[in-house]
Amino acid sequence: MYLEMKHITKSFGDFSVSRDVNFSVEKGELAALLGPSGCGKTTILRMIAGIEHPDSGDILIGGKRVNDIPASERRIGFVFQNYALFRYMTVYDNIAFGLQVRKIPHSAVRARVNELIALTGLDGLEKRYPNELSGGQKQRVAFARAIAPEPDLLLLDEPFTAIDAKIRKELRQWLRDMIHRVGITSIFVTHDQNEAVEVADRIIVTNKGSVEQEGGASDIYRLPRTAFVSEFIGEPVIVEDFGRLKGFEKGNYERAIIRPEFVEAFKSDNEHFRDMLPFSQNGIIRDITFKGNAYELHLSVNGTELICHRSPERRAIYVGEEMNVIVYRLFAIKGNQAMLMQNKNFMEKDPDGINLEKYLYAEGGYYVE
Amino acid sequence: MGMSDNKKRNITRLIMIAVSTLFVAVMLVMPLFMVIINALRKGISFYLKAISTPTVISAFKVTLIATVITLIVNTFFGITASILLTRYSFRGKHILQTLLDIPFSISPVIAGLSFIMLFGRMGWAAPALNAINEMLGLNIRIVFAIPGVVLATIFVTFPFVSREIIPVLNAVGSDEEEAASLMGADIFTIFRKITFPHMKWALFYGMVLTTARALGEFGAVNALSKTRGETFTLPLEIDALYLSGSADSIVAAFAVSSVLVLCTIVILILRCIVEGKSKMNASDRDKTGKLSEGIGYVP
Ligand SMILES: Nc1ncnc2c1ncn2[C@@H]1O[C@H](COP(=O)(O)OP(=O)(O)OP(=O)(O)O)[C@@H](O)[C@H]1O
Ligand SMILES: [Mg+2]
Repeated sequence: MYLEMKHITKSFGDFSVSRDVNFSVEKGELAALLGPSGCGKTTILRMIAGIEHPDSGDILIGGKRVNDIPASERRIGFVFQNYALFRYMTVYDNIAFGLQVRKIPHSAVRARVNELIALTGLDGLEKRYPNELSGGQKQRVAFARAIAPEPDLLLLDEPFTAIDAKIRKELRQWLRDMIHRVGITSIFVTHDQNEAVEVADRIIVTNKGSVEQEGGASDIYRLPRTAFVSEFIGEPVIVEDFGRLKGFEKGNYERAIIRPEFVEAFKSDNEHFRDMLPFSQNGIIRDITFKGNAYELHLSVNGTELICHRSPERRAIYVGEEMNVIVYRLFAIKGNQAMLMQNKNFMEKDPDGINLEKYLYAEGGYYVE
Repeated sequence: MGMSDNKKRNITRLIMIAVSTLFVAVMLVMPLFMVIINALRKGISFYLKAISTPTVISAFKVTLIATVITLIVNTFFGITASILLTRYSFRGKHILQTLLDIPFSISPVIAGLSFIMLFGRMGWAAPALNAINEMLGLNIRIVFAIPGVVLATIFVTFPFVSREIIPVLNAVGSDEEEAASLMGADIFTIFRKITFPHMKWALFYGMVLTTARALGEFGAVNALSKTRGETFTLPLEIDALYLSGSADSIVAAFAVSSVLVLCTIVILILRCIVEGKSKMNASDRDKTGKLSEGIGYVP
């Protein structure tokens, strides 16, 4: 474990921001600290950096307790939420700053800065001031500035929020590549689950000052363990009375989370789904939204509202039409526990999972835990 | 019905412009103009003689000393206080913030009198002052002496610099400083390379205001300065000349006043330049316009 947070607590006055926070990040990993706004993510990052100090608990970097090591000696690079570029310095001076204050010889500073400018594709912008840069360029400068002194750990606070939605996606990929190329252990903060799933190797989900779940990005997505995580990640639809859905019994669960990809809807004359017909029940299309690469269907099934996606390549359908609907699985919630529950008709009548494999998930799908 | 909204708005605007122009002309420009006219009423050579009598020269010197020392002390104090109040949190911060504004809310005469109460012969601090004088074989006096004049001037002008800087520092935030300190920069480097460039125009503006006020301070200094030709500042000298009542001395009073007015005009011009610069600077370096908000602030 490269970074370990052990039983960290922190309050501002009588407001408790971190309550027994525990998580760890491996060397070379790109981890996301994911949670809703105001849940204390920035505070956690600032405590790792040493700008803020925990009330209790240990922060270990490379096996060494760093609580009492001043921020400037922790060898940490920090990309601030709004970049905090030095407004009165050029791009070159911004990147060089961290090297210059360390009294590194002139020629070495120049070599390193030029190397970073080339790496981040900022050639030709050396003499510009931050206000003369686009959002994406600013982010690159912030990144170059943070890694210039070759830190052991890179912390990024919401690195994409200050950027237009349009180029955000592109920059996510850029940052991910860049971090992997440089090979630096990194943690970035985000409240956008898509961003976390897309960029991070590992996700740490936080809520109200504590860690809900941590794990690989796909594990977190596929198997949320708590009510909070299952409602926060993916496109959750909350269904109270899920016993009305064919193949499920509510038992003593309180409600269910059903993602669009758990739902299949087809016309009764669809040859392709003929074997599945007995497992399905009727649903009426209430609404159709075009999303570009898919249609989002709102279905009313036996009094419950479900959402599913449909490829635009498939046959045209219309509001008010009747569909055959199957829910493959859902997350059943009890207290703060989330349980993956499979459609029991499939489990009983299709023990080999032939239909599942054929129609929806290949090997390594949801059945494999 | 009748006038359109647009027309109404135009008329309102015209009326407002007329009222404020009239006000400025009657209350500010005319009096200053009268000072110049009166100063030159007895001719240039009288004017020159009037502004070079020994008491006037002495008043020049005292004013200069008080202004320079005040400027140095208050610049230093203003920068320190602003950084303390915007970058650190501590117990009693609000109280300190409120205390800083005392010179604005208290009459300068009262400030002067309170110095007499403190440092005068019967004052609280008198025994300490006497002890120091005895020990070092000195004869430092504060009340009715130049140190008192300087103290009074410092007192009435001390919030000016911090008043200008604090809004600017609040607007830019401490992110850049935090980033720099995280990279291992010491506080002097941070101040020199980051904080100072942000606040330099506001600082300069505050210094201009301090100078203007220090040159013209009357009430507080009046309470602490009683010897014409030794501890009188220009405003006190002008007052003395005017009160002595002869036709000549009244013209002389205007002559000396005109010098102060001239200084004020120079300062006003400086102020305009600084304001222009800081605005330009703000839009030049910060498109969010945060900075200009701070700098546009006038107490
Ligand atoms: N210096 C402080 N003093 C008092 N309260 C603070 C301080 N810093 C943060 N807080 C509070 O702590 C809570 C967590 O703040 P933090 O900035 O860590 O949240 P966050 O998860 O980063 O939120 P966001 O996603 O909006 O950036 C917030 O309610 C905030 O108001
Ligand atoms: Mg934050």
